Amino acid sequence: MKLFAALAAAAVLAGCATAQLVAVVPAADGHIGAVVVKHWWTEKVLDSAYGAHRIGSNGFTETATLTPAEVRESFGTTLDALPGRPVSYMLYFLEGRDELTAESIAELDKVFAEIKLRPLPDIVVIGHSDTVGNLAFNDRLSLARAERLREMLVDLGIPAERVEAAGRGKRELLVPTEDNVSEPRNRRVEINVR
Amino acid sequence: MRKTLILGIILAFSGAAVAADVGLVKVAKGDVRIERAGAKLPATVGMGLIISDVIVTGADGSAGITFTDNSLVSVGPGSVFAIDKYSFDTTTHAGEFQGSLKQGRLAAVSGKMVKQSPESMKIRTPSSIMGVRGTEFLVQVDAKP
Repeated sequence: MKLFAALAAAAVLAGCATAQLVAVVPAADGHIGAVVVKHWWTEKVLDSAYGAHRIGSNGFTETATLTPAEVRESFGTTLDALPGRPVSYMLYFLEGRDELTAESIAELDKVFAEIKLRPLPDIVVIGHSDTVGNLAFNDRLSLARAERLREMLVDLGIPAERVEAAGRGKRELLVPTEDNVSEPRNRRVEINVR
Repeated sequence: MRKTLILGIILAFSGAAVAADVGLVKVAKGDVRIERAGAKLPATVGMGLIISDVIVTGADGSAGITFTDNSLVSVGPGSVFAIDKYSFDTTTHAGEFQGSLKQGRLAAVSGKMVKQSPESMKIRTPSSIMGVRGTEFLVQVDAKP
């Protein structure tokens, strides 16, 4: 009788699983990704909006499609804690100089306002140049452009140690050109904010 | 004896400084602690996280983390999430991210490494392993009865 009870308990334990739920949700841009759930020898690919896979505490599995309201209900607090998506901005410069174009100056306020909204942003500013001039000149120029933006961001109140600046010279053209071509779209900085 | 102790403390701290941050706490609401090498540290916004850190939230806690490859992970109340493995090469975007959700709720947005090689990000739970092909997903693990 004792043995029987022990066997029964073992059987219950074996059938017992930690209950869980996995769901795929649309990204901010509407993109639906995919997640593969591997459970024992089974593999289930979830690749539809709100597609979900559930393992019950009895070990049984099922797939379902949740509603946005159900997702909100159980994951609302969790989703609210997701940090802001990384963003990047592009600003353009006058030829051969570390001065922004008038259009980019006009855009600065909007960019800075968005950056200020983020709790504790960490920022990488990468400067670029067009192909006018030699490699060393453009390396210096692109770094000067990045440093210029970095100073502005620090002036804005972002701690200096959270803003990195780097120059890529003419190594990473936005618009591919021959050497010694003046191309406004290549004279730029990327501000990557995380 | 005292000198040895002080030296030990200095070594421990310099060791901690060498371990590179793999992520940064961006959101910490309510009771959020980081378990690191046996210590329980209160999580603060801006705190760097390292491999084998465990994020533990209380009944009113939630936290959000950005990783160096731009992956985002958040955990809701009553959660335990461990960073088991993490590597990311900023030049090639190759990397590996293994985390485990022991209990609670998690939301994640995969980053550059998954874009480069699908399923390089894996989330384990007590019952299964999830291979992430992108991008946004949710996991809930009920506390053991």
